[in-house]
Order: sequence, then structure tokens, then C-alpha cells
Amino acid sequence: MAAEPVAASGGGLDVEHVSVAFDGTPAVDDVSLALPAGEVLAVLGPSGCGKSTLLRVVAGLQRPDGGTVTFDGQDLTGVPTHRRGFALMFQDGQLFQHLSVAGNVEYALRRRRVPRAQARDRVAELLGLVGLPGLQDRRPATLSGGQQQRVALARALAGRPRLLLLDEPLSSLDRALRDRLGADLRRIITASGTTALLVTHDHEEAFTVADRMAVMRAGRIVQQGVTADVWRRPHDAETAEFLGYTTVLEGEAASAVVPGARRVALRPLAWRVQPDGGHTGTVTAAAQGADVVRLRVDIAGIGTVDAVGSLREFPDAGDRVPLALDPVGVAVLDGDDQLDDDA
Amino acid sequence: MLAGLAVVPLAFLAIFFVLPVGGMVGRGLHPDGHWAIAESLDVLGRSRIRRVLWFTVWIAALATAITVLLGVPAAYALHRLRFRGQRLLRALVVMPFVLPTVVVGVAFRTLLSRSGPLGFLGIDGSWVAILLALVFFNLAVVVRTVGGLWESLDSRAEESAAALGAGPVMVFRTVTLPALMPAIVSAATVVFLFCSTAFGVVLTLGGLRYSTVETEIYLLTTNFLDLQAAAVLSLLQLAAVLVLLVLTEVSRTRRERAVARSAVPHPRRPARGDAVPLALTALVVAFVVTPIATLVVRSLRVDGRWSLASYRRLGAPSSTDAVLVPVTEAIANSWRTAVDATLLAMVLGVIVATVVSRRPATRRGRRGLAVLDGVFMLPLGISAVTVGFGFLITLDRPPLDLRSSPVLVPIAQAMVALPLVVRTLAPVLRSIDPRQREAAAALGAGPVRAWLSVELPVVWRPLLAATGFAMAVSLGEFGATSFLARPERPTLPVVIYQLIARPTGESFGTALAASVVLAVLTVVIMGLVERLRVGSWGTF
Repeated sequence: MAAEPVAASGGGLDVEHVSVAFDGTPAVDDVSLALPAGEVLAVLGPSGCGKSTLLRVVAGLQRPDGGTVTFDGQDLTGVPTHRRGFALMFQDGQLFQHLSVAGNVEYALRRRRVPRAQARDRVAELLGLVGLPGLQDRRPATLSGGQQQRVALARALAGRPRLLLLDEPLSSLDRALRDRLGADLRRIITASGTTALLVTHDHEEAFTVADRMAVMRAGRIVQQGVTADVWRRPHDAETAEFLGYTTVLEGEAASAVVPGARRVALRPLAWRVQPDGGHTGTVTAAAQGADVVRLRVDIAGIGTVDAVGSLREFPDAGDRVPLALDPVGVAVLDGDDQLDDDA
Repeated sequence: MLAGLAVVPLAFLAIFFVLPVGGMVGRGLHPDGHWAIAESLDVLGRSRIRRVLWFTVWIAALATAITVLLGVPAAYALHRLRFRGQRLLRALVVMPFVLPTVVVGVAFRTLLSRSGPLGFLGIDGSWVAILLALVFFNLAVVVRTVGGLWESLDSRAEESAAALGAGPVMVFRTVTLPALMPAIVSAATVVFLFCSTAFGVVLTLGGLRYSTVETEIYLLTTNFLDLQAAAVLSLLQLAAVLVLLVLTEVSRTRRERAVARSAVPHPRRPARGDAVPLALTALVVAFVVTPIATLVVRSLRVDGRWSLASYRRLGAPSSTDAVLVPVTEAIANSWRTAVDATLLAMVLGVIVATVVSRRPATRRGRRGLAVLDGVFMLPLGISAVTVGFGFLITLDRPPLDLRSSPVLVPIAQAMVALPLVVRTLAPVLRSIDPRQREAAAALGAGPVRAWLSVELPVVWRPLLAATGFAMAVSLGEFGATSFLARPERPTLPVVIYQLIARPTGESFGTALAASVVLAVLTVVIMGLVERLRVGSWGTF
């Protein structure tokens, strides 16, 4: 295979009815996914939901019990990993410790017998892209965790893979680094026009990096769509909770927040202390955060919910505070109860 | 694909292990075409057999207890502390394990014989001599197994206990010892296994007076042609070995799972409280060095004067030696056989170690691998005599008429070395994150390329080490070789045994010189192996 960029010509990844069971316990249960070329899809789910197994099936590291994996219309189900033209980046990089940074990055190019001079240029280009110019001769062990992940990303991109697979790429990093590298990851993937499949348990990671999102639970995909849509309109209470919504209201409490709604989910930011907010609540607990004061407030007719206030005032329990509703923090749940009972 | 890979070593094991052992046992229990179970059980009622069984069990148990009691303090001093000359001491303590059994037998006889430095003890030819030799051999197993774990124990658990008010003894009893226990149990099981199946040492030191199950099988087959009794003892030994191997396997997996290891060892300088373990270590070192030093010195003394006469006779045997070939030729034979055996053991060992170090996702797969792992450990404990004799009676007709073929000796030696090769390589391969291989595959590397990029850089030192180990073991192998080596092509250990069986002082002198040569060969090889471990793993 030549090291040419693969043109986005429709096609892309198609996972159809894939199932995997270990010792009779289903890990992936009849999962179907479509990922158009050039887009980034995040599979989001709690640990143990089967998302990593799904990724391994796509990578060819795990043979599915049933179902097919195709790319650009070509059935890859029986094709071994190294002939798929994909690349895989692990949570902890898995750099080859005995090779230099350059040796790692050019690994895929060497497998394709790309001439040395050409490979050297490509390595320099990629290290520039990931923000580590000039580190060619360093050993992976001498790099920080964030730098190692950047090298791992460069290594994965070097062969211009048809599909980039990312297994929790940012989870091993600390918070500040994760935010920064997440934005870079998004920029680098879209700049190179790479089709990418990401699995993660961190909804912010998914939100930062992906165009599309599929929520996975107990081996099944429970919701998929454009990231912002899934984020704003989670299908059911459990998905909402997983996406960072902290409170679910039902019945009258729900329709008091959004008229006509049967169930709504609220993020902590949904209620804000604001002089002319239109609602009033009684503070039951207050905690100082770094940027805001986090409150639990009891609002008549709605119940106890989370709220945030400005650092200027720190209310005590029992204080009454004026509250405003921010529609961005509110999602109407339209999923049927059936699914919820299952889960 | 993995299953396919395992077929080659499995077939080898079936033909050259299961078939001979089965043939030997079958010959005993199923003579003349009918089962002779009742008569076989009668064998166990014979008073000599009972004495042999009892002797085997108690001497092995006693030797194991002493080995552990001396080995654990030595493991502490040599692996947890740091002082000058430590590396040399480690190499010395480990050396006996690779010394050929015949050499050790000769060394102890020299040391304890009436004219020897410790002759005044009057224990030559007694069970005490056998006991000492067994301890001598197996100290290395305890020091290496326990020391390896101790070195990598996370010391913060001990520090927490101390901070909670536990004194040094209390810390050892409540924190350190429980953490070490799996390694101690595992080492003790292996030592017991080695002690209860020891052959060369018991044969050279015990003669006909003291016999263990293993030497009794030998005597029954060669001297009394009582195959039935030999088969019964072989079967009994097989059952005991199986139990011991299961125990080892259980404690090994528990050890790999349960202990918090720190990446960086933190050895410290000896303090006043370390006096007892240091003194015991000094005792261990002296105990290991004395027989070898005696052997070397005595080989250079002839008629009370320093002389190289014994060494000169290596090239041209005197008429009284009554051996068919000069020792130099036996050395060449040994070397050629050992090279072949090593090649074979390495090819098979790499395959087995690669297969058993995989981590299948299903319970069935894991169980299958555990069984496979255990199966290849079997040759470690089964009587080499049974294997050797089994070769002769089963591989003697087409399609496998190998009796007169020179390949039998290297095959038997490879069988003995195989478990040690697997034990050296498998833990290293297990420590490699399987995702490294997956990352390589995802980047376009085929299985072979992935092995070269991921496994080889980590495993090449252990590979060389295992090669040296297999070489040393093959050079010194005596049990099976003594059956299979053809009279005109004996190996060095076989010639040494023939020499010490002669009553003349001159042939004993030749035996001493030949033992020194064999010891030097194996020690040089193991010295090179030890050098490979200079520098810590995983760094460059």
C-alpha cells in the first residue's frame, strides 16, 4: 500500500450486527455503527460496557462471534490487523521503549518500505504537527506522559491510516493536560482529514474530539447521533447521568421546569443564583468550588436540585436565594420507560 | 494459530516423553499381555521398597527444611542489602545448581573421605553426606526464587507497618513473611521435587546402602531386571510429581497476582540488626565453596605433592582406568551432544514459552494454557532413569528405531533442559504488555515482524541466558544419558562415574581432574549467563 492520503470518497467504516461473548457472557451485543469517511466518532460508555472489545473487533484484534466489519465496502472481518491499513493508539501510548521517538514514529513507514529520506521528512512533519519538533532522538522513557501520548499520536498518523482507532487516548493524563491535548487532538485529526473512531468513558473527551457520538451500555448502543445533539438530548435518564446531568425530574416537577415535559434532566449549571431569576429556593448545602459556589437548593414544586452561585456571596444552609433557569443545562428526556427499566 | 504452534512441542513430548514413560510403565504392569495389578501392589509391601520410600521422603523433607532455613536469610542478605562483593557472592551461591551431579558427588566424597579435610567427621558414605549434597545443590533455588521476589517487594508496606508501631521482628512476621510466603512455598516445593528425584548425587554418595526411589528404579532395572517393581515406583513417583507440580503452579500464579511490586529495587546498606542473616550467609558461602575448593586442590595433588599428573591422564588413560575412550574425547562428545540438545531445547522452549505466555480471554483458553504449562514441566520431576530406559524399550522398532542412533542422547538432554528454558523465558514474555504487539500489528507489522519489534528486544538477554542454562544442564546431565550413551561414545559425566567406580587411587585422581574440567565448563557458561544480567532489565 502506498503512503498516499486516502481520499474521502464516501464509504467509511461499517460495523454490522457485531457480537462478542466471553465465556457465554455477551460483551458486545448486536452492535451496528456507521462512520462516514473523514468524520470522528466517539463510542462513549462506562467501563465494562464492551466499548474496548468493540474497538478490538474493528482493529482485528478480536474475532467477532457474529457480524461484519467493512471499510469502503470491503469486508475486513477475516483480515488480520496488520493488513487493515488502520492505526491504533492506546490509553498509555504503548511506545516501543527500545526505539527512539523517530524510530517509533516511522515504524509504520518502515513496514511499507518508504525510503529513508522520505520517512525522515515525514517524521519531522508529524513531530511538528503534534508540537514536539526536534525530539527525534529522545527515548520514550525520557518524555512526560503528555509528550508520550503526542508521540503515540504521531506514530499512529504516520502511515496515513484509513482509520485511526483511539482507545481512551487522554484518560491517563491529568486534567489540565487532557483539556489541552484534547483540543490539539481534534485539530490534528481534522487537519489531516483522518477518519477516526474513539472509545472513552469521559464525556468531555468525546465532546471535545468527536463529530458524532454513540452511547454504549451493557454491550449495546443505546443512542447515537451528532455529538451536540446527543449531548443536548439524551435519550433516557441513565444516558443523561452519564453525560454529566446530575438530576432527573419527573411528572409535575418536570413540567414545572419545561411545560409539557414528562421527564427532564438537569446539569449542575441549570440553576444559577441571580437577583431577578424568577424562582426562589432554600439552600440545603453549599460548597466552595474553584470558580463557582456549588449549592443544593430546594425549590417549591420542583424539589432538591443543584445550582451554582458566584464566588462573591457564600450563602449558608437555610438562606433563601433567587434562582434563574439556564435552558442550556436542561434536557427533555423522550426515551420510553421500557429502555430505562431494562437498564 | 497458537494451537497450531503448540503442536510441534506437544508431538515431541508425546513421542519422546509420554511414549517411553508409558512403555516403561506398561512393561512393568502389563507383562506377557495381561495386567498384573495385584503382583504390582505386592511390590509396595517389600521391606526394602518400604525402606526406600521412607528414606526418600524424610531425607527430601529434611533437606528441603534446611535449604529453606539457610536460603531465606541468604536471599535477604544477597538481594535486599547492598555491599561490596555481593555480586560475586551471588554467583558463588548460585553455582552449585548448574554443577553436574556427578561432580558434586565426587566433590563431597573428596571432602568427607577419611583422608579428606572433613574426614574426621566420619560421615563419608552416610546419609548425612547425601543430605549435605542435596542442600548444597538446592540453595540456589531458594536464594533465586525468594531473593527475586524480595528484591522487588514494595518496601512501603513495611514502612507503613513500622510507622504504625511494629518493631522489626513484628514487621517481618506480619508484612514481609506473608508477602514472601508464595515464593517460599513455591521454592520449597521445587526443592522437595529435586531432592526426592535426585539421582547422580545419591548414586555416587549412597552406593547400594542408601537408595532413594530414583536410584532404586535404576538398580531394579539395571541390576535386578525387575521391571515390574521399577514400573510401580515410576508410577508412584509420577503421581507425587504431579501433585507437587500442581502445588507449584498454584503458588506461582498466586505470587504473580498477589504481590505489590515496586519498579525500582531499594537495597540498603547492612545495619547492626542484619548480623544474623549476614552470618548465615557467610556460612552458606563457606558451605558452597568448601567442597569445590577441596575438589580443585585434590585434583592437583598426587601422592602428597602438587602435580598435574591427573590432568595429563585426561588425554591418555592409563590401563588401570579401564575406560574405553580418553577423557578428552568424552569432553568432545559431551560438547557436541550438548550443542545439539541446546538447539533442540531452545527451539521447543521458545515455542512453548511464547504459547503459554499468551493471555486468552476465555476461561477455557486460560485453563488450557495452564495445563499446557504444567505438561511441559513434567520432565522436571519424572525419573530421568525412567525416561532413559523407556527410550531403549520403546524406540527400538520401526518407524522409530533409534536405539542405535546417536540422536537419542541429545533428545533426552533437551527433554531435561526444556522445562528450565520455559521457566526462564515465560515470565519475561508474560511481562510484556500484549498491547505492544497489538500496537505493532495495527501499524502494519505481521506476526513475525511484531515478534521481532516487540518481544525480541526484551527477550534477547533471557534467550541467551536460557541457551547457556540449557547448555550447562545438558553438559552435566547424567541420569538419562547414563542409559543412552553408547559405550564407545560416552559423555564426560558418564566417564567420571565409570572412573570413580574403579577402586584405584589413580582413576579417582583422573575422575577429580575430569570433574574439575566439567565444573569449569559449566561455571564458565553460567558466568557468561550471569553477566548478561548485569544492568537492570528494560533500560539500556
